[in-house]
Amino acid sequence: MSDGLIKTALRKIGSVTLFTLKLIAVTPRALLRPRLIVEQVYNTGALSLTIIMLSGLFVGMVLGLQLFDILQRFGSSESLGATVGLAILKELGPVVTALLFAGRAGTSLTSEIGLMAATDQLAAMEMMAVDPIRRVCAPRFIGGVIAMPLLAAIFGMIGIFGGQLIGVGLMGVDSGQFWSQMQDHVAVKDVTEGIVKSFVFGIACSAIAVYEGYHAIPTAEGVGRATTRTVVTSSVAVLVIDYMLTAVLL
Amino acid sequence: MTPPAPVAPTTGATDPVVSLEGVRYSVNGRAIFDGLDVGIERGKVTAIMGPSGTGKTTLLRLITGQIRASAGRIVVDGTDLGTLDNEGLYRLRRGMGMLFQNGALLTDLDVYENVAFPLREHTDLTEALISRIVLMKLHAVGLRGAVRLRPSELSGGMARRVALARSIVMDPKLLIYDEPFAGLDPIALGVVLRLIRDTNDALGLTSIVVSHDVHEISALADRAYLLSGGKVVAAGTPAALNADASPVVRQFMGGLPDGPVGFHYPAPDYATQLMSGEVPA
Repeated sequence: MSDGLIKTALRKIGSVTLFTLKLIAVTPRALLRPRLIVEQVYNTGALSLTIIMLSGLFVGMVLGLQLFDILQRFGSSESLGATVGLAILKELGPVVTALLFAGRAGTSLTSEIGLMAATDQLAAMEMMAVDPIRRVCAPRFIGGVIAMPLLAAIFGMIGIFGGQLIGVGLMGVDSGQFWSQMQDHVAVKDVTEGIVKSFVFGIACSAIAVYEGYHAIPTAEGVGRATTRTVVTSSVAVLVIDYMLTAVLL
Repeated sequence: MTPPAPVAPTTGATDPVVSLEGVRYSVNGRAIFDGLDVGIERGKVTAIMGPSGTGKTTLLRLITGQIRASAGRIVVDGTDLGTLDNEGLYRLRRGMGMLFQNGALLTDLDVYENVAFPLREHTDLTEALISRIVLMKLHAVGLRGAVRLRPSELSGGMARRVALARSIVMDPKLLIYDEPFAGLDPIALGVVLRLIRDTNDALGLTSIVVSHDVHEISALADRAYLLSGGKVVAAGTPAALNADASPVVRQFMGGLPDGPVGFHYPAPDYATQLMSGEVPA
């Protein structure tokens, strides 16, 4: 049983990796049509802004409350700014953004491509001698890879604002201490770690979403299942990759 | 460019654009075609007919190289499809147009952009030239006034006409129609029928029409193939097929519910099953 599961998982990883390599191979040609990519940055990025900003604000506010409570027990509530900043920039920003990205933009990519297959649009493209991987999949993949770090940056910014709102505004931490502690303890390396993570998550989530859509069984049920698989696979992939990247980058 | 390969005249077509010789194709061990011979004559409208499930659409997918035959030879415009890689297939398809059953218009583009799509993908024509070509093709199918409609705003017949305009926008030599009459009202059906004939004759194309609408095909096609059981069971002009005495042809052309193509799906003996009441798991 577990043998079968491992084999299935390995086969899936191999298949997604090969598909990602194909996407990367056609990327230079896809970049010649920047308008298609800008459209996808809008679809996956701009249209996800509301959920990302709202989540960022509340995650930051919760961190403000929890960390204030914890730090106060150790008598170091003045470190709130540094801990909120580090937690959001290094970890929560990229991870939560990627999970939300998989749920909002990833499902939309999968169902869109899956429905295009179900209504013969991809077959029609092939018949017009247009490679659907280059024309449909690659712009969506590149758009996602560009959008994801931008969304993570916005999430981080709003999250820190949320932490400050609670820490300084509600809990009475000194505003000067909040920001100076953050300035002292958050290094460029920490910000870079967040950027690298969000970029890698962008590749993983976009590739999985596009892969599942392209390989969906072209029926209503097939597209529905593919959409579910996008969320499940992307979420697990984000958490596993997060551990590996943290181990390497720490 | 490879010189045209000699084509064996096994199908009776004197100047075939498409030629299938001894084609075998199977799915999960079940043979869909076994030794299929078909020749599509240049400049003519050829119909491929047959009961549902005989593999008519599969035949189109074989001709267009979307799937590969497990045995036999498929030659399109002098090129053996078996010798082509993906790039070669894409090059060959630039000389083909295909009309899908539901039109398969790109839903994120309007009518104008759908028709302009192949031009934008394959040519460096200026916008001024593209707009003129698109308007001319849309005028030919009577939809010049619908340029800014979205595919969701079109009726089934209109969608198929837009798809026809899109498939002729690159001036192909071979045009393939998959069930072009399915689900159309009589007026739309008449329009599509006339468009297929006029397009073929005016542009000097070769057309392949897959359909099981006997009356429409009789009025349209120059030659028809009737497929059944993975083989060609009859070929000739529609009039010759109508006069054919063989049971399969008579059943299909006459629309008889039972005959060599059985009404019942293979099942255990009726009386025995009713007595036992057993339903297979």
